[in-house]
Amino acid sequence: MALIAMKDVTIAFEGTVAVDHVSFEVNPGDYLVVVGENGSGKSTLMRAMLGLVKPRSGRIAYGDGLAKNRIGYLPQQTAAQRDFPASVEEVVLSGCVNRMGRRFFFNRADRAKAERNMRLLDVERFRKRSYRTLSGGQQQRALLARALCATDAMLLLDEPVTGLDPAAAAEFYDVIRDLNRRHGVAVVMVSHDLGGAMRDAGKVLVMNRGMDFFGDIADYRGRFAEGTVSARG
Amino acid sequence: MKRPRREGERPRRGGAIALWVVLALMLVWAVLHLRDIGGMFAAFGEYLQYKFIRRALAVGALVSLCASLLGVTLVLKRYSMIGDGLSHVGFGALTIAMSLGFVTAESLPEFLPTGLRGGIAALCGGIAENPLPFTLVVVVLCAFLLLRVSERSRMRGDSAIALISTSALATGVIVTSMTSGMNVDVYNYMFGSILAMSASDVWLSAILSVVVLTLFVLFYPRIFAVTFDEPFARATGVKAGGYNLLIALLTALTVVVGMRMMGTLLISSLIIFPALSSMRVFSRFRSVTLCAAIISVTCFLVGMMLSCVFSLPTGAGIVAVNLVVFIVFSAIGAVKG
Repeated sequence: MALIAMKDVTIAFEGTVAVDHVSFEVNPGDYLVVVGENGSGKSTLMRAMLGLVKPRSGRIAYGDGLAKNRIGYLPQQTAAQRDFPASVEEVVLSGCVNRMGRRFFFNRADRAKAERNMRLLDVERFRKRSYRTLSGGQQQRALLARALCATDAMLLLDEPVTGLDPAAAAEFYDVIRDLNRRHGVAVVMVSHDLGGAMRDAGKVLVMNRGMDFFGDIADYRGRFAEGTVSARG
Repeated sequence: MKRPRREGERPRRGGAIALWVVLALMLVWAVLHLRDIGGMFAAFGEYLQYKFIRRALAVGALVSLCASLLGVTLVLKRYSMIGDGLSHVGFGALTIAMSLGFVTAESLPEFLPTGLRGGIAALCGGIAENPLPFTLVVVVLCAFLLLRVSERSRMRGDSAIALISTSALATGVIVTSMTSGMNVDVYNYMFGSILAMSASDVWLSAILSVVVLTLFVLFYPRIFAVTFDEPFARATGVKAGGYNLLIALLTALTVVVGMRMMGTLLISSLIIFPALSSMRVFSRFRSVTLCAAIISVTCFLVGMMLSCVFSLPTGAGIVAVNLVVFIVFSAIGAVKG
């Protein structure tokens, strides 16, 4: 059964249709890259998957043990966040808030989980350091650790390499591949960076309000041969 | 994984050294002026005999604590001006509450039954007698309204706040000039006075402060999550809207309670200053919050003392002390780099 099944989803704001009759599924272990030009509705689609915007028609079904509040999300960073006074530990631990239920404070299991994810993403040695003193790539890893505190099943990444230099971006993609292949986390990534994002992807969704393409990366390469092949390097 | 780049890492000891240097300089100054300082404490000690001063001290310390804790969140969420806006609304509500004292059974329209007129007049008299609860309700409602407007409409949050707060201030001024005119009471509302606090105000303030403190501590992890990254919190199933409402409610309570002491025009400084000072030096959320709380209470006590000894308006004295602390902390932050 699919983690998320989008069935004929249409989303509109003030009369303009942003996402037009889109259907696809994300299954456990998938690595899906969503590409498209600016204004093609890919960010709106992601916000709908997170339950932040309501579709006008169609259905979004969550399944396979994935509750709506069990999706790990890596949002685009805001200017305010870049100089937010918080230690890496505080940031990572805050990902556990959705597991608290009726509790007021973090318990031992929450702290252990944060600990494990900090180690997994190699930010443990920065735990007491301020988030704002980290480099862009380190900040993204800290936010990934936080996202993993909120989920075991699925990560949604919104333009994750924006503002990273090429070396840091490549390193980031390695981390994502590792999470996907070794830890079985399903990954959905919205990206401008076609070449890099598709390096490890299993499936591709091309948005242009409607779906231009949805399928395996091999089919995609077969159909849109030029450009992506050279970007693969 | 590759070794991380170490850019942006700075020596951590700079801050501690700078802090100690400043403290040492202050100590030297204090020793040189020991007699004056002793005199001031003695003068302040005499004021402490009065029960209302002791009560005001207790309540003021509690309010300062609440304001500083909320201030960290408000400043980081870019909501600094909400405190200011709400205090103006509070002023408008207070003047209206006071003007209700002029309503008598005879002044009400004839067509109402006599009993109803008497009832309304008594209610108005009661509100004028004890205006704080009425003000509280109005300000809390306005806080919710402000939040809704800045979340839902196309108007930006800061414009909405400016709009509502100046309208409320204008209403307050008009109502004042139509009824009592500018008098000592109104002056006190604008610039603050501990003398303006009645015994019942003090109790209400103390209870509300404890409520604010308790809620803040209990919801601290959630408040952090919503402050740091609201979209993430929402996406992972945290009811961010509810916690925004909670923050607005706590702010409204703090503003109303602090307004009598600090004055309408100065209460927002109690919210903003400690957080800003603390952020100059500290870079973890918990240390920023704790330090803001300490700064706030200390500045309040020193400001109170100065205001008693030199008969300054309380609010202005506290703001002046906060400004000095802010400058010192900025200097430390600059040295720390």
